[in-house]
Amino acid sequence: MITGIGRRAVAAVEAVGRLGHFVGDMTRALPDVRTWGRLVAQQMRRIGVDSLPVALFIAAFTGVVLALQASYTFTGAVPLYFVGTLVGKTMMLELGPVLAGLALAGRVGASMAAELGTMTITEQVDALETLAYDPQSFLVVPRVVAATAMFPVIVTFAVATGIVTGWLTSLALLELSTAQFLKGLKIFYVFKDLWFGLFKSATFGFTIALVGCRVGLGTRGGAEGVGQSAMRAVVYSAVLILMLDAFWAVVLL
Amino acid sequence: MIELQDVHKAFGPKQVLTGFTLTVRDGETLVLIGYSGTGKSVVLKHIVGLLHPDAGEVIVDGRMVPELDRAELNAVRRDIGYVFQFAALFDSMTVAENVALGLRNRDLPEAEIVERVQEALALVDLTGTDERAPAELSGGMRKRVGLARAIALRPRYMLYDEPTTGLDPVTAAVIDRLVVRTREHLGVTGLVVTHDMRSAYTVGDRIAMLYEGRVRQVGTVEEIRETDDPVVRQFIEGRPE
Repeated sequence: MITGIGRRAVAAVEAVGRLGHFVGDMTRALPDVRTWGRLVAQQMRRIGVDSLPVALFIAAFTGVVLALQASYTFTGAVPLYFVGTLVGKTMMLELGPVLAGLALAGRVGASMAAELGTMTITEQVDALETLAYDPQSFLVVPRVVAATAMFPVIVTFAVATGIVTGWLTSLALLELSTAQFLKGLKIFYVFKDLWFGLFKSATFGFTIALVGCRVGLGTRGGAEGVGQSAMRAVVYSAVLILMLDAFWAVVLL
Repeated sequence: MIELQDVHKAFGPKQVLTGFTLTVRDGETLVLIGYSGTGKSVVLKHIVGLLHPDAGEVIVDGRMVPELDRAELNAVRRDIGYVFQFAALFDSMTVAENVALGLRNRDLPEAEIVERVQEALALVDLTGTDERAPAELSGGMRKRVGLARAIALRPRYMLYDEPTTGLDPVTAAVIDRLVVRTREHLGVTGLVVTHDMRSAYTVGDRIAMLYEGRVRQVGTVEEIRETDDPVVRQFIEGRPE
């Protein structure tokens, strides 16, 4: 058993080392703006616009549940306008970035891993190289830049949606007025609530794209290999998002 | 000139090249034949730096390919057109975008890119297919687009990886004719990897056989046709034993 644990630990350290090496390769490709610059807008549309419905759907229902659970928890002990406080703070600081991140790890991360995995096994990545392109510049940098830039935008809309559905729920089901909800929303608000969540979501976007690209470009075998890569991208991204979430809480809060 | 000197390459425990030595002379088309899975494509990938040898030298125009940095390697790759076995077209791009891709990182004006794309498509008899997606094309058409993508670069060397594999005899003959036409039109030096002997006899000036990681025999088409080497004879005649 100890040997097994040791082997897994070594494999984990090796995986981190490979990811670090991959980041180094990507960093070296950054000056090649001529190649990746024209591809970023297309990726931003794919990652941002196309992912928005999923993120908003999740945020809408999260806002409803948050308002109802806050009311349930506060009953009799805490003034009900604190529902606005809890909905706002929780959406901005935690649930907006993390739930959107986890949902998009599935949508964006798996999609990138499957796409690049298919390109790898059908020699499209080799073809890029023979055409004198660096796959890092052509495939990886645009995706990572786009995801890092678009995740905060997606999360902004998600947070706003969650707060709106929390407010509507408070009006419809909790007999709370708009003025009371807004009072709760504003009472402990500090600008850090917003930038912390958005900064965190940018790091989630960076991580999901990086892992999706790394796993995709490492694909071996045929269709089964592509499936494995998509699955790995989701699992690794989800784990890293939760670890990053805890890390930023310790470092920044 | 392309030279491979005493190249060794292994993938895990499997030794693929064990002292492979071959020279492709300027202006000729050399055909590399051999059984499936013996490492013919591995040879091509060494020439463009997609694979690095465990030992030995890979030299293109006096430049030692495994020792080049990315910028130098890209300079070598700009002299080489590579036609992949399954075309390796980019699914998300149209035919014209596929053919143009290799030109877009060469500081060429847009008008020249368009002109070269049309010229290359015309050379492979695919004029008018610009806006079609690779998924809409037959296997033979995809190979021709892959050929056009390489031709558009106006390279000094062309590397063909199994250009006729998986095609019906008539389409295979069309591809062979295009390989010959490309050589005549561009004056390129060619290295063709195949196990299709009809294709080898049609397009090659010389033929080399890869067997057990090394060149078993190299010679003109006539020399190979009349060889006494039992291994080469068995292969070119397609005898099971």
